Amino acid sequence: MENKMETRKLSVYYKNFQALYSVDLPIQKNAVTALIGPSGCGKSTFLRALNRMNEVIEGTRVEGEVLLDGKNIYDPRVDPVALRKKVGMVFQKPNPFPMSIFDNVAYGPRIHGIKKKTDLEQIVHKSLAAAALWDEVKDRLYKSALGLSGGQQQRLVIARVLAVEPEVILMDEPASALDPISTAKLEDLIHQLKQNYTIVIVTHNMQQAARVSDYTGFFLNGELIEYNTTTAIFTAPREKRTEDYITGRFG
Amino acid sequence: MDKGLAGIYENLVKYLLGIVAVTSVLILLLIFYFLIREGAGLFSHVSLPGFIFGTEWLPDAEPPRFGALPLITGSLVVTTGAGIIAISIGIGIAVFLAEVAPRSVREVAKAVIELLAGIPSVVYGFLGLTVLAPLIKDMLNLPSALCAFTASIVLGIMALPTVVSISEDALDAVPREYREASLALGATKWETTWRIVVPSARSGLLAASMLGLGRAIGETMAVLMVAGNATLIPHSIFDPVRTITADIAAEMGETVHGGLHYQALFGLGIVLFSITFFINMVTDIVFARTSSKRGAS
Amino acid sequence: MPAAKRLKEQLGFSALAVLTCLAIVPVLAIVGMLAWKGWPALTWEFLTQPPRKFLTQGGIFPAIVGTLGLTTGTILIALPLGIGTAIYLVEYAGKNIFTRVIRLAIINLAGVPSVVYGLFGLGLFVLTLKLGRSLAAGALTLGFLTLPIIISTAEEALLAVPDDYRHASLALGATKWQTIRRIVLPAALPSMITGAILGISRAAGETAPIMFTAAAIYIPSLPSSVRDQVMALPYHLYAVATEVPNVPDHMAFGAALVLLAIVSGMNLIAVAIRTRMRLKRMR
Repeated sequence: MENKMETRKLSVYYKNFQALYSVDLPIQKNAVTALIGPSGCGKSTFLRALNRMNEVIEGTRVEGEVLLDGKNIYDPRVDPVALRKKVGMVFQKPNPFPMSIFDNVAYGPRIHGIKKKTDLEQIVHKSLAAAALWDEVKDRLYKSALGLSGGQQQRLVIARVLAVEPEVILMDEPASALDPISTAKLEDLIHQLKQNYTIVIVTHNMQQAARVSDYTGFFLNGELIEYNTTTAIFTAPREKRTEDYITGRFG
Repeated sequence: MDKGLAGIYENLVKYLLGIVAVTSVLILLLIFYFLIREGAGLFSHVSLPGFIFGTEWLPDAEPPRFGALPLITGSLVVTTGAGIIAISIGIGIAVFLAEVAPRSVREVAKAVIELLAGIPSVVYGFLGLTVLAPLIKDMLNLPSALCAFTASIVLGIMALPTVVSISEDALDAVPREYREASLALGATKWETTWRIVVPSARSGLLAASMLGLGRAIGETMAVLMVAGNATLIPHSIFDPVRTITADIAAEMGETVHGGLHYQALFGLGIVLFSITFFINMVTDIVFARTSSKRGAS
Repeated sequence: MPAAKRLKEQLGFSALAVLTCLAIVPVLAIVGMLAWKGWPALTWEFLTQPPRKFLTQGGIFPAIVGTLGLTTGTILIALPLGIGTAIYLVEYAGKNIFTRVIRLAIINLAGVPSVVYGLFGLGLFVLTLKLGRSLAAGALTLGFLTLPIIISTAEEALLAVPDDYRHASLALGATKWQTIRRIVLPAALPSMITGAILGISRAAGETAPIMFTAAAIYIPSLPSSVRDQVMALPYHLYAVATEVPNVPDHMAFGAALVLLAIVSGMNLIAVAIRTRMRLKRMR
């Protein structure tokens, strides 16, 4: 397997508070990497550092390197806007824009310069289909996206990310606001997507991590405690702290 | 992935908006500059204390006399009267709306108050002149009702919406937990309102009062029309008075550009600007202190 | 609850209710009287004809046109500056001394009395920039007077747009400005318009700032350029109520009613937009 991304001694600070301590973590191409750990352990901070979304918050500082295809994304010459086109993100709460379903998905392509209606229609169709949403919304493409259910909204948001044709998709607890049926659909979708994309998912839910991911990293108090294949982490953790956390969460 | 033209464009937008934002600072400085530039000449004829404490305002006398004390007193008397009316009634109404009134009454009352706030001051002045003043004249048996008393009532009514809406916001912002804690200790709603809710909102109520006063002291047309316009220091609230604002409005038309009278009116502008500037700074400090306190908790 | 306490509470709250009625009802009654007394004056001629015989006969058409002209000018000046400033403050400004100074300036501008704006307009636009007493000088003065209101309402509108939208757009590779233009501004637009109308309706009713910068008592012809002096409804009302002798009562009430109708009409539109928005959001 090859590494799509890799962090080297990555530390993140919010003003005076250090949220991450020198994390080294590889992210395998065309695989799902899950990040687990208790609230406030730094897993979301780590995720947001992978496409420089942490810079949106004032007073954030980063040390170390994050490599994407071998190049450091924190190099001052790198434009974060172009980076985020390659490394897309799905947020915890579904956040469709207050516009039609079509316009939501077409938003990314449009800002990146695609104007032709037929091209946009094709992209919207393809993206919605890839997000397993096309059949449910094909008759109401021009209705407001806010009328969709939570699960549909979250898949719409994924379609919106896919429309930009990213290489990596970051998901920050994407199922935490969804019901069990929608969650199952979302997990199926993640399975399909990994054939074409590299996926990193933050989750609170151990079963979910075990179900969807190939590799897992366990975070505690801003440190990466253990990283291994998901099977190894859940069946034979090397670290006592990992085992305590996993068994505690399962029990 | 390198930054290119798009990045330059982004920065251009940012700096352009920054320049737009600086306009406000520029306008404030320009207002200050023009008041000083146009008014400064006065002080080679009258000393600053002579201007502020002089008791005779006779711009047409020979030689003209520019003692602004009657006008300053006029403004203070009318503003005090208006303040007493607007603040006491305004906070009372705000307490009623925020704590007791049913939702429907509250919504209607707020809409009405918003509408009252939108009535132009010249319309208030006109109604004060044609409707209220004759009424007060008959009721109190006065020779003329164009006096500080009537002006205070009209100004008080005009400042009322400001006081009510800001006070209501302040009371509304008091956390429900405070009320519940007090009620759970066996306090009545009346006790809770006056011992817990109102004290908790006091900085907001203070700000509302200050802004109401600022509105009243800067008001021009209504006082020009109903205060009687005598440039004398009043001995009772039923004496006619002239405020700083009304004097500027009434006399600017007759002045010669650059003349002494013209300069004196800009001098009044400086006095007025200083008073409102002071009120705004105090209000801002009160607000800043409370918001930082809230931020810390 | 002891009976005495209950009585005190009921009496207290009832007193406040009575106070509220006593404060609001008479004012409404007086406004109602204005409508009643001004209504007979509102003929087609009154609304569409110029005044004659030094305001004692004819209509108020030039004053209506003048006020609409001044209001349009106010919009052209205050809206771009105000919305631009609000965007800068909400979306770009950092927590530094520069931002603090801008905010302080805005707070103080909001408190500057309108008659001082009049002095300022006289000094800067009429005399220094040699615009003379004109539509242009009046509109600039009113525009600056309205600016702080537009800024603060536009700021509130922008702050009400959830950060989720901004983050989602940025994460899709949109630039900051693309995010603002395509996502934030459309979402904030209705409440921005509401605030702007409220601010501009205030400018439409202002008298003191235009007394020395734009308005004239008696100009029966319509303005032909922005350099012309104009009649304006608020100043007209002041003039017929105090300075011009022998104006029939009903003409003064009629002018007051028209002014009130224009201003309140704008306010009602603003409130209607806001109410519709609230209902839409609830759905």
